Amino acid sequence: MNGACGVSHGTLRLTNDEKAMRDGKEGPAVAAAMDLLVRYGEALGAERLCDTRNVAGTMTQPSPVKARLVQEGGWHKAFSVINLDSDEEFEIPHMRVPTCQLQQGFGEDALGVAPYPPAMVELQGDAEAFYGGHGVNILATCTPYQVGNLPVRGEHVAWMESSAVVYANSVLGARTNCEGTASTGAASLTGKIPCWGNHLPENRHGTHLVEARVPVDGFLEWGMLGYFVGDLVQENRPVVTGTLAQPDLADLKHFGAATASSGGVELYHLPGITPEAPTLEAAFAGAVPEAVPYGPGERRAIYDTLNSQGSSTDVDFVLLGCPHASLDQLAWAARALDGRKLSAELWIMTPRALRAVADRSGYTEIITRAGGRVLTDSCPAMSRAAPQGTRVFATDSAKQAHYLPAILGIEAWFGTLEECVDAAVTGTWRGELP
Amino acid sequence: MILKGRGIVPGRAEGEALVSHETISGWGGIDPATGTIIERRHELSGVCFTGKVLVFPGAKGSSGWSGFFQATRLLGTAPLAMVFTVLSTKSALGAVVTRVPTVTDLDTDPVTAINTGDHVVVDADHGLVTVVPVLRPPEQ
Repeated sequence: MNGACGVSHGTLRLTNDEKAMRDGKEGPAVAAAMDLLVRYGEALGAERLCDTRNVAGTMTQPSPVKARLVQEGGWHKAFSVINLDSDEEFEIPHMRVPTCQLQQGFGEDALGVAPYPPAMVELQGDAEAFYGGHGVNILATCTPYQVGNLPVRGEHVAWMESSAVVYANSVLGARTNCEGTASTGAASLTGKIPCWGNHLPENRHGTHLVEARVPVDGFLEWGMLGYFVGDLVQENRPVVTGTLAQPDLADLKHFGAATASSGGVELYHLPGITPEAPTLEAAFAGAVPEAVPYGPGERRAIYDTLNSQGSSTDVDFVLLGCPHASLDQLAWAARALDGRKLSAELWIMTPRALRAVADRSGYTEIITRAGGRVLTDSCPAMSRAAPQGTRVFATDSAKQAHYLPAILGIEAWFGTLEECVDAAVTGTWRGELP
Repeated sequence: MILKGRGIVPGRAEGEALVSHETISGWGGIDPATGTIIERRHELSGVCFTGKVLVFPGAKGSSGWSGFFQATRLLGTAPLAMVFTVLSTKSALGAVVTRVPTVTDLDTDPVTAINTGDHVVVDADHGLVTVVPVLRPPEQ
């Protein structure tokens, strides 16, 4: 099959059911999946696999390689080569455990809005039919925890998408590493994933302490704190205390995504707030390290960093909803846009399931009447597409401000929802640090 | 000079080293069609790693890392071998699906021990990285 396993030092011990899968008892696709998990587990130095009944991966998003494989051998071939990392082509069975599709490319709602190839939209629609028929829940969002995939504390899951991984580990107390396309593909057909890293309780304690000395209250402040913390600790596990107001889902969605953009944080603790840290002491395995302060100077520096990618204040595009907007964020955007008339393009990204609620609640109509768009499935960074001719964009998301300038070669401004709406109305960025 | 570590993808390859002192992103960091690093502020921005022994501190960024490196294999732009300092799920899975000889967990940090242009033998079957420095003219 795919290269030899067994370079490594045979650290991985398989159970009888895992050996049976590897040896083909469940068919060749499952055997290929187990082969990938063995190669990956041995590379990590894992000692065993763990059972999972919750996989969040990616199969539907079009790419040039995928389009070619589909043309050659259909979706069975695309899944075999990309999601199982195999050279052979297998008949793909029904997913063994509950599996969902994360964010993907733009969908039909973006046709004529985003400069994105209609052929890709069509290919993706075809993929949704195939994978839906094989047991994949097409959630099509970077925030599966908002729309029906909410793991419980202590549950072993196999998720991709850095902002979802950090939310699952930290806010929900589920256990996942930052998985990839092939490992989640293999997990979906086996219900197994290497028991390594964040799956082991001894690897879930804090490593660094940050103390906020400025009030952290609201979406902007949580995003800036996250960007500071990620840059500070990189791949480590921060614990944050101090002058923190009670966060809500949107605040922690933004905070975690920011820590996973400036750094590679997969797990953090907020003592008294997140589930695995009832106290500061509980957040650390042993001694509590000396705190790194987040004061007015650090806050100012982070704001300036996030706003160092813009020189022109002529904004032609505003992007909200990264990670995908919560229902509350859609409601707030509708209130801010009610009765306004936009001069710049404004997109709010959200899961399609939440857009249905926004439609029903009248939010979509208010946003659309102002000239904005509620879009689903994707984002400008994932689909590499902003409105035609965009040179300068504004966003309330630290993550999008981090990635989009590099991906699309455009300038960026970062600020509050109100500042972004003001920029969309006036065409001018007038934000400043509150 | 021989660095001792752990081979995580089997095989043996030798060639010219390309050393990155900064971590590498997959999604938003490389272009699989050309095998090039595209992150704008990266020290190797615009540099092609195809056919080189890629030496780097580790993986950063999106969980798409492994998928992008897998695509370099499928498009024929993969590096010849990989040698990296810090093992994570991204770099481990990325090396596995790129399927090039890979060594990590070394006794010396490869990023400081190896220079771009050095001739390197990556023996992942035995976890060994042999470095033959290339003599350079003194800097002007």
